Amino acid sequence: MTLLSVENLSVELGHRPVLHGLDFAVGPGEFIGLIGPNGAGKSTLLRSVLNLLPAQGQVRLCGTDSAAMNARQRAACVAYLAQEREIAWAVPAEMVVALGRFPHRPGFAALTERDRAIVDAAMRRMDVEAFRHRIATELSGGEKARVLAARALAQDTPLLLADEPTAGLDPAHQIALMRLFGSLAADSRSVVASLHDLGLAARWCSRLILLDKGRIVADGPPSGVLTPANLRTIYCVEAFFGEANGAPIVHPLDLAAPE
Amino acid sequence: MSADRHYPLLIALLAILTLALFLLSLTTGPAGIAFADSIKALLSDKADGVALIMREIRLPRAMLGLMIGATLGLSGAVLQGYLRNPLAEPGLLGISASASLGAVLAIYTGLSASFLLALPLAALAGAVAAVLVVQAIAGARGGALLVILAGIAISSFAGAMTSLALNLSPNPFAAVEIMFWMLGSLTDRSMVHVWLAAPFMLIGWAMLGSLGRALDALTLGSETAASMGIELRKVQFLAVFGTAASVGAATAVAGAIGFVGLVVPHILRPLVGARPSRLLPASALGGACMVMAADILVRIIAPERDLKLGVLTAIVGAPFFLWLVFRTRRSLL
Repeated sequence: MTLLSVENLSVELGHRPVLHGLDFAVGPGEFIGLIGPNGAGKSTLLRSVLNLLPAQGQVRLCGTDSAAMNARQRAACVAYLAQEREIAWAVPAEMVVALGRFPHRPGFAALTERDRAIVDAAMRRMDVEAFRHRIATELSGGEKARVLAARALAQDTPLLLADEPTAGLDPAHQIALMRLFGSLAADSRSVVASLHDLGLAARWCSRLILLDKGRIVADGPPSGVLTPANLRTIYCVEAFFGEANGAPIVHPLDLAAPE
Repeated sequence: MSADRHYPLLIALLAILTLALFLLSLTTGPAGIAFADSIKALLSDKADGVALIMREIRLPRAMLGLMIGATLGLSGAVLQGYLRNPLAEPGLLGISASASLGAVLAIYTGLSASFLLALPLAALAGAVAAVLVVQAIAGARGGALLVILAGIAISSFAGAMTSLALNLSPNPFAAVEIMFWMLGSLTDRSMVHVWLAAPFMLIGWAMLGSLGRALDALTLGSETAASMGIELRKVQFLAVFGTAASVGAATAVAGAIGFVGLVVPHILRPLVGARPSRLLPASALGGACMVMAADILVRIIAPERDLKLGVLTAIVGAPFFLWLVFRTRRSLL
């Protein structure tokens, strides 16, 4: 089953067109890196798929027309890890993660044994068990990001959309997060993550979608998307292309010479 | 988690304190009736002087203190959670100011003298007008920032119109009456006021009380909350209209009582582990305690001077709030 299909999606923000008729589909078991320069429309794309922005075109989530779903039905299909790491109140980290179970609980019901197991597993996967009882607002930026990622995992959805999930993480936790997204894909779940680090995108994603000025300019396996020509025209950089341990390395070196 | 274990205890303590203050409020007054006599008179079906005082003066006063305090505490906690801003309070939506304006216009035009409920009904009409404007401006898609901005604009406008009414007041007595009403008080209220306010407050409480889990989710911001299945429009509707119904009714029968809705959620937030859903019942009970305690104090401090309740809550509340700010500043440094 297709987890997400987007047809002719266009978005205007304040009369300024941001996305121009995008088409793509996400099947199960994919780890898709959404890449593109600043202002290309990556965040807008993620937010319009989640119905957080008014958009034209059709979005289908888990086989159903998104326009016909309510917020709760959408939440059962797709989880969202926002770019802003907002935690308004000084609540324990564990409570933040447990909020991920919200869409699965009716009314005022308490957490079930199964909910607790899922919350614990999510915390273990994001390596945040050690600060389970600490106040979330007092954690460092990277720790907070991991707690919020655990929250999104605890929602336990077939599809996860993450907006720059690696920003602010140390290299070990960046790689751990990429591995985790890869393992979700191995479980037939899918992840769409916007990324600025082309090295991580090249090495860990199964597929890349390159956005520029609100249009998809390349969509496919990393080797087909991250080409010297694309980096030069879209990102205006020259890059080093190599290989290590059987996976590609892409490292931007310098600004491309103006044409 | 310690907050988990302490929470039922905290609610129980607040409930006991609320009950104790309610009884104390029933037995405090210029008539000097002994505690046992007053409670006995209240429960008896005799129609002597003591029973009359208890039923017609003290009972409505205590009940209104409880209801208004709970309203202010609950809506303060909901609005702080909804707007994710610890400075939010019921007055922010412009509802108190507009309800005051309605009451002031009733006094100014002499309508308030025509029948007993003219003044509270005019105040309720003011609250309804304010909430409709806020909702219209904030729009269907909504947004916390728009709600705040619309509320500030309406508060300022209602304040200006109230000043105009004072400015053009036909005689000094009307001006003094307006001033005194605006200070906020529970003196000389009757059961009629209780019956007028109660339905609006109950509806408002039901709307506000249903928001606990949505407010928990909103801790992570409105977009993350929406992605977790929260219908933001519904939350905005319930928060705005629930506040309008309950705070509008409170202002209509007692005038504007400040600082309770701001300070009470602040005091209790650390005690409930900062969780918005848990803050709601705690803050409702805490608000009831604070208003009843203040209303007992105004009767004890200056029984013959008719010290206004709203004046006392501000005199005690403002320095206390300053202390809270000071404490926060210290933890930030």
